[in-house]
Amino acid sequence: MADTAVLLEFVEKLKAENAAWVADVKNALGEVTVFVPRESIVDVCWVLKTKHGFDMLADLCGGDRGPEEDPRFEVNYHLFSTRHHNRLRLKVLLSEDAPNLGTVTTVWKTADWHERETYDLVGVIFDGHPDLRRILLPSDFDGHALRKDYPLRGYEPYSLS
Amino acid sequence: MGLENNLWESLPDVVTVKLDAVINWARKSSIWPATFGLACCAIEMMNSVSARNDLSRFGAETFRASPRQADVMIVSGRVSRKMAPVLRRIYDQMPEPKWVISMGACATSGGVFDNYAIVQGVDKIVPVDIYIPGCPPRPEMLVHAITMLQEKIMKESVKDRYDTFEEESRKSIVPGTLPVTEGTALEKETEIEVAQNKVSRPYTIPSRHERRKSS
Repeated sequence: MADTAVLLEFVEKLKAENAAWVADVKNALGEVTVFVPRESIVDVCWVLKTKHGFDMLADLCGGDRGPEEDPRFEVNYHLFSTRHHNRLRLKVLLSEDAPNLGTVTTVWKTADWHERETYDLVGVIFDGHPDLRRILLPSDFDGHALRKDYPLRGYEPYSLS
Repeated sequence: MGLENNLWESLPDVVTVKLDAVINWARKSSIWPATFGLACCAIEMMNSVSARNDLSRFGAETFRASPRQADVMIVSGRVSRKMAPVLRRIYDQMPEPKWVISMGACATSGGVFDNYAIVQGVDKIVPVDIYIPGCPPRPEMLVHAITMLQEKIMKESVKDRYDTFEEESRKSIVPGTLPVTEGTALEKETEIEVAQNKVSRPYTIPSRHERRKSS
């Protein structure tokens, strides 16, 4: 089991910066997950990159917890530092009524396609994204395929016309 | 003194046959397939031209990378929804006369992939002449399908096929465009809000295909 004390130090630094940035902290299986309110995710990412050395966005992915859950959607940011080799996970929870949050393409360029994929498959909207359109599914696709209430065979049978 | 010399001496100077028979014989003896390997069936398709199975015995070994030089399209594998307009476009680019072989369970009926991503049978997009069952079919089955197609070609007449599209297929899809559907409910809602200047959201930027179909 990896030692998470180093990671919790970063959480304390975040709290010292702004107490509202850290809604909750989960420390399990040697990994630390910080729950961030959706308004402040861009600021948190910017501070973690510029001040604390998390210079790489290893992954950005969305998740659907099911239509009966509230908050329904989650967006996970897996950060990695090439300087001190630590990994940190940020998590933003989103309700079904307003599945939108700020884009982190201003922080890491690589978030562009990750956010497009998350929009494509889960339907989370990233405000301020330079080119938010579908990336994997056909451009005329109806719905978002990885939502739990998306029917397996699609909404209607496929035809070219 | 080879075989051809004996043949030459034994044949008469003029042979009278039906035009259909000569043209069909020429067509069936050099069916050039378009390379359209989509999944694991393509491995069997490649194997059918290998030394062991030797599809060139039937004149169908020359896989062309350009649809304009091909006679038969062997759809070998599952056709995804995103690939469907591409497949149709390549079929439209093939010159007449042209035939389609649907190879394997996935191309024929969607196979085990009964979901939103896979077209449930390539015959929803292009007319199919021969269906091959199997998952994947053995190369022998593809060779058999080619010979069945040759039998079918021999029964055709030059009057059967035309270089023009039928009215129906002309309507079905304009070359170079993708099928148009209404957006999702969420996107429609946002379009209304953007029209009323309530919000400005970047994802309403039209994609390349949408821009092309609107112009």
